[in-house]
Parts: sequence; C-alpha cells; structure tokens
Amino acid sequence: MAIIEVRDLSKQFRVARPREGARGPLARVRREYTDVRAVERVSFDVEPGEMVGYIGPNGAGKSTTIKMLTGILVPSGGRLTVAGFEPSRQRKEMARHIGVVFGQRTQLWWDLPLADSFTLLKHIYRVPDERFAANLGRCIDTMEMAEFLRTPVRQLSLGQRMRGELTAALLHNPEVLYLDEPTIGLDVVAKSRIREFLTSLNRDAGTTILLTTHDMGDIERLCRRVIIIDRGGILYDGDLERLKARFATERTLVVDLEEPAPALDVPFATVERVEGPRQWLRFQRADTSAAELIAAVARAARIVDLRVDEPSIEDVVLRIYAGAAKGIAINDPSPG
Amino acid sequence: MDNELRLFPRLAWSRVRGQLEYRLSFALMLIGYFVMTLADFLAIWVIFQHLPLLAGWSLGEVAFLYGTSYVSFRIADMVVGHLDMLPTLVRTGALDTVLTRPLGSLYQVVTIDFGLRHVGAIAQGLVILVIACTTAGIPWDAGRALMLLVTIACGTAIFIAIWIVGATTVFWTLGSGLEVLNAFTYGGNQMANYPINIYAGWLRRIIAFFVPLAFVTYFPSLYILAREDPLHTPELLRFASPLVALAALLVARAVWGQGIRHYQSTGS
Ligand SMILES: Nc1ncnc2c1ncn2[C@@H]1O[C@H](COP(=O)(O)OP(=O)(O)OP(=O)(O)O)[C@@H](O)[C@H]1O
Ligand SMILES: [Mg+2]
Repeated sequence: MAIIEVRDLSKQFRVARPREGARGPLARVRREYTDVRAVERVSFDVEPGEMVGYIGPNGAGKSTTIKMLTGILVPSGGRLTVAGFEPSRQRKEMARHIGVVFGQRTQLWWDLPLADSFTLLKHIYRVPDERFAANLGRCIDTMEMAEFLRTPVRQLSLGQRMRGELTAALLHNPEVLYLDEPTIGLDVVAKSRIREFLTSLNRDAGTTILLTTHDMGDIERLCRRVIIIDRGGILYDGDLERLKARFATERTLVVDLEEPAPALDVPFATVERVEGPRQWLRFQRADTSAAELIAAVARAARIVDLRVDEPSIEDVVLRIYAGAAKGIAINDPSPG
Repeated sequence: MDNELRLFPRLAWSRVRGQLEYRLSFALMLIGYFVMTLADFLAIWVIFQHLPLLAGWSLGEVAFLYGTSYVSFRIADMVVGHLDMLPTLVRTGALDTVLTRPLGSLYQVVTIDFGLRHVGAIAQGLVILVIACTTAGIPWDAGRALMLLVTIACGTAIFIAIWIVGATTVFWTLGSGLEVLNAFTYGGNQMANYPINIYAGWLRRIIAFFVPLAFVTYFPSLYILAREDPLHTPELLRFASPLVALAALLVARAVWGQGIRHYQSTGS
C-alpha cells in the first residue's frame, strides 16, 4: 500500500492587494482579494522505501505541496493520506511518523548548543533512551558532527546547521522524510556528504524520502523517480532515466583549449559559442557519449580543462512543453 | 495533553538557559526588571492618589476591584503575553516548524518564551490587593477568602482567553494584528479595573456579556465586598465566573483552531 496518497490535491492562496488608487488610512481596509492557484488537482502515490524527486521551476507549487503533506497548510480541495493519517486533521498524531527539513528555515533552538536541541526533541517526540543514543550516534558518525555539537546553533555554518537539521528530523525514526531544498547554498563537499547520508538512510532504514531541489545533481544521485510540477500541475511522473532519454537529451561540453582556436569541427556536436580559448559544444545523448566527444575534441586540439553541463530543470520543463505541443506522450506509462 | 504538561518545565528552562547564553544581555535584563519593578511600586502610591471616588464606591472598594483585575491581568500576561510575537511567527513562517511537531500549536507558541520579567508587576498587584483587602471593610470569612482565589483564577483565565482570541486575529488581518491585540488585552484590563456601573449602558452590556470582563472582578467582588449591585443584576451572576471563564477558554480554543486552519504560511 502506498505510504503517501495524493488525489486531486489543490491549494489556493487568498492574497490581498490594496485597491487601485486607494490611499490613506482606509487603504488597508479597502482591499481586493485574488486567489493564487498554487497547486491544482495534483495526484500521485509514493510507495514505502521510495526516494522521489519533486521538482519544478520557481513558484511551481513544490513547497506548497510539502506543506499540505506535513499538515502545515489545509488543502483547498482533494484528498491525501500519509502513513495512514490525514495530515490537516491528524497533524499531531502524524507528526511522530514524519520528519521535515526546510532548507530555508530552522527547526533548531537558535540560542542553545546544537546538542541541546536534540535533547529537547528527544523529549518532545518521547524517543526512548537507547534509540535516541543509537540514532544520534549514527548521525554524528556518518555526518562528522562531533566537533560542533556544543556550539550554539546561531554560530554554525550553513553546512553544519543542515547536518544538524537532518539529524533533528530523524531522531524519532520517521517513516517518511520530506526535504525542501536540503542542499540550497551548500558547497560541493557539503552537498555530497548529505547525498551520501540520504542514500544510506534510504537503503538501511528504508525511509521513504520526498525531496525538492533545483540541483539536477541531487536528483541524479538520489532519485530513480521524479515528479515534475509546473504552475501547480504535474507535467511528468516516472523514471528519471526515461525522462533524460526523452527530454533531457541535449547536453553541453565546455572545453578550455590551450590557445584560442576557430570553432571545432567534430562529429555529432555543434559549437554554440566561442570565447577566446573556451568553446561550448552542444550534443545529443542519443548520438554520442561525452567520452567519445571528448576523445574527438582531444584529437583536434589540446584540452586544458572541461566540464559537461546537464540541462537544468527549467530546460527540461521547456522541452516537455515543446514536446507536448508536438504530441509526444509526456507521462511514463509505468511510474516508479 | 500529558506530554505537554510533562514538557513544560523543560521548555521553560530551555528559554531561561537561552537567555543565559547571552550573559551580558541577561545581566542588563535583570537590572531592567529591577528598575521596572521599583517603578511599579512607586506607581502604587500614584495609583492610590488618583483612584477616583466613583459612583458610590469607596476608595478601598475601588482599589479592591483594581487589584484583583490587575493581578489576574499580570498573571495572564506572564503566561500568554508573548502571543504578541505571533504576527512575527506568521510573517517569518516560523509557525511552520511548530505545526510539524507532535504538540499542540497554541501550547508551543505560548512556551516559546517564559515571561519571568512579569513577576515584579504581579507582586505590585498583590501589594495593591493586600492594602485593598484591609481597607475595603470586607466582612472576611472562609467563603470570601476562597472566592478571592476563585476570582483571581477565573479573571486570569478570562484574560488569557481574550488574549488568545485577540492574537488569533492575525491569521485574518496579517500585519495589523498587533494593534487589534493590544486594543483587546490592554484596553480590556483598563476597563475591568473600574466598577462597570460607571460605563454607559451599551458599553456595559458588551463588557458584561460579550467580552466577559465584568466576570473578571465586578460580579464576584460584589459578593466579597457584600455590596448591593447599583445595577440590580441577579445575585446568581456573582457566582458565575467559573462557568464564564470555562466558556471563554473553550471559545478561545475554537477560535485558535480556526485561525490555524486559515494559516497560509509564506511563499518563501
Ligand atoms: N503563503 C502564501 N501566500 C500567498 N501566495 C503563496 C504563498 N505561498 C506560496 N504562494 C504562491 O504559490 C505559488 C507556489 O509557491 P511554492 O512556494 O509552492 O513554489 P515552489 O515550487 O516551492 O517554488 P520555489 O522553487 O521558488 O521554492 C507561487 O505562485 C507563490 O507565490
Ligand atoms: Mg519552495
């Protein structure tokens, strides 16, 4: 049975704006209201143990969905159950079964040492002593947190704090973990540390994870399944590899040559841009692999440095729309 | 609920410790409280100079009403006064975290802070009350002593309920919430301080029955002071405060629940 069940879920926000031309003390009273449709008739299931990427451009409705799943917001329409609970009506009971990390917020006690937040949460969630010690110990070891446990939260670096947030969300062994942009603002090392931790958590504890991110790297490392949402509605729900094969086909090889050269002529790639010794080569996943292309470039010129750019989530969304206009089937027939 | 009660000392202590972390500001805070309390006690003298002889009430009686209402108000302030942080919690989205925990949301907002600094003001009210109790010519007996405790407890509960309802308006009137809240709470305290027969009829009815301020002190005090009611209300009302307080708390809880359902969080 699915651990998260979402059916026709919708949310409208009522926002006020001062009436045109209204001024003075009455301007705040005489307001007009408009409804923002943040999420519209979204449906999906998540099975226990899945790790799903919930992605889409800014303002797509990702955070709003997560806030409804966690019981923070009351839906305007539709049904949802999480671990057998109805979030907005059974918020307190459900809370013991879920963990949440909002990359932009903190759930730690700002003015206390990090370890004290964990102790308070232990009591709030009534975690038994041995379980608490085991869970905390595992997080401290795998995320190397020992040296800043006594530091007040407000003095932690972003990366340190995010490891603290993850620990805080996991002390009570939640069945479902929601992560809203957990790697935002982190450097490469911190990102990979968190990705490794999440992979092992999902593998060893079987925790179901739903994560939003703008970082395609997070998705590639962590998720086999992605749900793409845009303007409140689901655009794609299915296998990541198929999505890439179908819509994220175009990649870019950026090479720095030893000296400026005219646009390279290599098979299966078109040079998009030349800037001094740096060239951008666009190629299709289906035509050639990055390795073959790099070898071809190396035969033509001396390479100093290179990188391969994957299409961004925004690009993928654009291509899905373009594909839909041409009548290409969007949804994977067998999600998950 | 038992989890909430069990956690209270721990959360309160964490707040005190949080304040201790900033040692200098904690020292300054203590000095501040001390000065404030000193000022509060000076104010007692001023209050007795200015308590009006109102509509047939003696100075002692007026002081008694003032004292009971003031003590109740200040205890309520200590318990729920930091609800005035609610607009900030809503605006910054900090309420999101509150709503992801297995505890009541109202309880968590109330325990975000612990108003130690109000102890001075409560003591000030108690001094006024003691003076009033000895000068108002009260025919003391066990029933009246008990009634005094009940009055203060019910008054506190009613003020807490008003505070909660006032604070909850922020879920509907984002931004202008604080002024509304203060009008309710501090304004309410001002009104409850004086015998209600000095107010015009319509205002009196609102105070008595809609925002039940008259039950904070006026009605039960009629019993303690063994007075005729200049308004000739039924005697039963003098003993109705516990029921009214309970009803007020239930209403407040329901209004809070509605407010939380209206909570929209923030866009970022
Ligand atoms: N509390 C709110 N009040 C009014 N409008 C809101 C609120 N929260 C979100 N919105 C609106 O709803 C839409 C969806 O917002 P949401 O935060 O869910 O997007 P998102 O997918 O998380 O975007 P991002 O990637 O930028 O975090 C946006 O148009 C946003 O402006
Ligand atoms: Mg978001």
